[in-house]
Amino acid sequence: MSQLYAAGDDVHATARHEESHLDSSPVLSVCDLEVQFPTPLGLVRALNGVTFDVPRGKVLGIVGESGCGKSVTARAVLQIIEKPGRITGGSITLRGESETTEITGLGPDSKRMRALRGSEIAMIFQEPMSSLNPVYTIGAQIAEAVLIHQTPDRDEALRRAVDMLRQVGMPHPEAAAASYPHQLSGGMRQRAMIAMALSCNPTLLIADEPTTALDVTTEAQILELIRNLRDRAGMSIMFITHSMGVVAQLCDEVIVMYLGRIVERGSVDDLFYDAKHPYTRALLRSIPRIGGNRKAPLEVIEGSVPDPHHRLAGCPFHPGCPKAIPGRCDTTVPAPSTAGPGHTVQCHLYQADEIGHPERAENV
Amino acid sequence: MLSVVARRGLYMLVTLAVVSVLSFAIIAAPPGSALSQKISQLQSQGGEVTEAQIVALKEQYGVDDSWFTQYGKWITGFWHGDFGFSFTLNEPVSSVIWSRLALSVLLSIGALLIAWGLSIPLGVYSATHRHTLPDSVITVIQFIGVAIPEFLFALVVMSLAAHYLGTDVGGLFSNDYADAPWGWGKFVDLLGHLWVPLIVIAAGSTAWLTRVMRANLLDVLNNQYVQTARAKGVAERQVIWKHAVRNSLHPLVMTFGTTFPVLISGEAIVSIVLNLPTIGPLLVNSLLNKDMYVAGTILLLLSALLVIGNFVADLLLTVVDPRIRFGE
Repeated sequence: MSQLYAAGDDVHATARHEESHLDSSPVLSVCDLEVQFPTPLGLVRALNGVTFDVPRGKVLGIVGESGCGKSVTARAVLQIIEKPGRITGGSITLRGESETTEITGLGPDSKRMRALRGSEIAMIFQEPMSSLNPVYTIGAQIAEAVLIHQTPDRDEALRRAVDMLRQVGMPHPEAAAASYPHQLSGGMRQRAMIAMALSCNPTLLIADEPTTALDVTTEAQILELIRNLRDRAGMSIMFITHSMGVVAQLCDEVIVMYLGRIVERGSVDDLFYDAKHPYTRALLRSIPRIGGNRKAPLEVIEGSVPDPHHRLAGCPFHPGCPKAIPGRCDTTVPAPSTAGPGHTVQCHLYQADEIGHPERAENV
Repeated sequence: MLSVVARRGLYMLVTLAVVSVLSFAIIAAPPGSALSQKISQLQSQGGEVTEAQIVALKEQYGVDDSWFTQYGKWITGFWHGDFGFSFTLNEPVSSVIWSRLALSVLLSIGALLIAWGLSIPLGVYSATHRHTLPDSVITVIQFIGVAIPEFLFALVVMSLAAHYLGTDVGGLFSNDYADAPWGWGKFVDLLGHLWVPLIVIAAGSTAWLTRVMRANLLDVLNNQYVQTARAKGVAERQVIWKHAVRNSLHPLVMTFGTTFPVLISGEAIVSIVLNLPTIGPLLVNSLLNKDMYVAGTILLLLSALLVIGNFVADLLLTVVDPRIRFGE
């Protein structure tokens, strides 16, 4: 698969041309990933066996509430988890343009890992206000990535930076390159972050809630920009968000996380029209709707996210789940079961196994 | 930029004018003068001091004028480098002050450079190796450094140096070189005498600045842009030094303005202990003897150093942080 790329001059053109061949091979495979934070208060298990693929040339959305492990997953892929957190199990495999790399086999500060960061996998962050260094110009910060990965020539790198800024729709790219972050608005800074992330043609772009801190109009512009990246450049994107609205607008596939586990995965349509997991359903019902019954109180998810130091037995959602089966949901972690093509759910309600309650699924 | 420098220069002059009036008024406030002490000294030595002589002396020194007239005479002399006359030293103030001031400034700047040079790497190491054994050791040394009084530390270093290195550490020069003309040997001898006061003066501020650097860097390391740099593929060493340290330097730069007077006051005690001809002991003596022109001149010059130091610190900050710009 990978050698198909070697011949092409224009990587993106090649990517489009070969798309049909590559459909079957995901850009990134995460398998049974575990991340732990040993803290003075006890061990926090941030990720408990997370498994998913990022399909090539598509946008994978990761949704879930704060503390469910979305951002940790993203940082684990780049091996930039904040201390004292570390990957304690599982594997992450990147199928890049030229080679396949086992990321979990590389040291976090190893040369090969650093070579992947920014060039093969790039990341944009939630806070455009604080994700750019205040003491260097925008141009210098973008050029830094180019200098690390692509060319030792400073002028060339700076030209490249200006060019990237132009491509992400920055007005007056030359002036923007020469300005400092505090001189730009939030939306412009996020564009600059995206330009930085794209400067080395990454295979995979990880966006960690990139629009959360922006106002709605700017959010729409940034989402449009990301959609363009997927459609025109065929880029694979892992998009982390807690907004179901953003998921509906942007993503092709979605995974729903709860307390360090994936509870459901499917296409956007599967999720919005045929959600299976009680948590996903509750999440969808808690979105206010225009034209909905104004008198009816908005549905809330029962209980709150449990204390992270305390390890729950069984399904992590069972204390708040309206359909929890006593003696089962609070003892065993459900295995993933198939709910349709490309649609999986981790819930006891859908397991037509030895206990045999297939009919339960019907009246959830 | 130029207009800002000019405006700040004007502010500094106004500040110094106010400081000069205030310091002179305070020095002149207690009753008596250096001259009355001198007259009583002459009388006790059995010298015949006639009334006429006293009047002549008082006339000569102008001690019966109001402090305001004295101030006027003193301050107008500044324009041609005449700072008045020292009663106790029988010398013009300008001839005793410059070499001492130069030595004080040299010691203070040297100590500040040592403090920066040590505290930045130590603070960075401490912050990036938080809660490890070396970090704890550095922290304990810091607390000792902040807590130990300078005169005590000066005595300890002096006695250790005298005992183990066998050098004579007081004063500026060994006896051999004291009256020798300037040359390489004398210079080396000077350095051999300067390291003790430098270490003693630098110790406190080094400890303090290391603390500041550590706390600041820990704060900066939590910033998103540090993660951004890592995500770009920047090597960890560069992440720390280029992205994080650069953003934690502000307080250290500001110390250029504020530690300066602190260093000079610390230097006074150390100089007394180590018998160094710096400005500190001179200031203390002149205040004790009510040698008003000496005291006033020193206070004014120290204030000038403080104001200029702060101005330089402000200018340096604009270099370190582009968010700080004058007049925009």
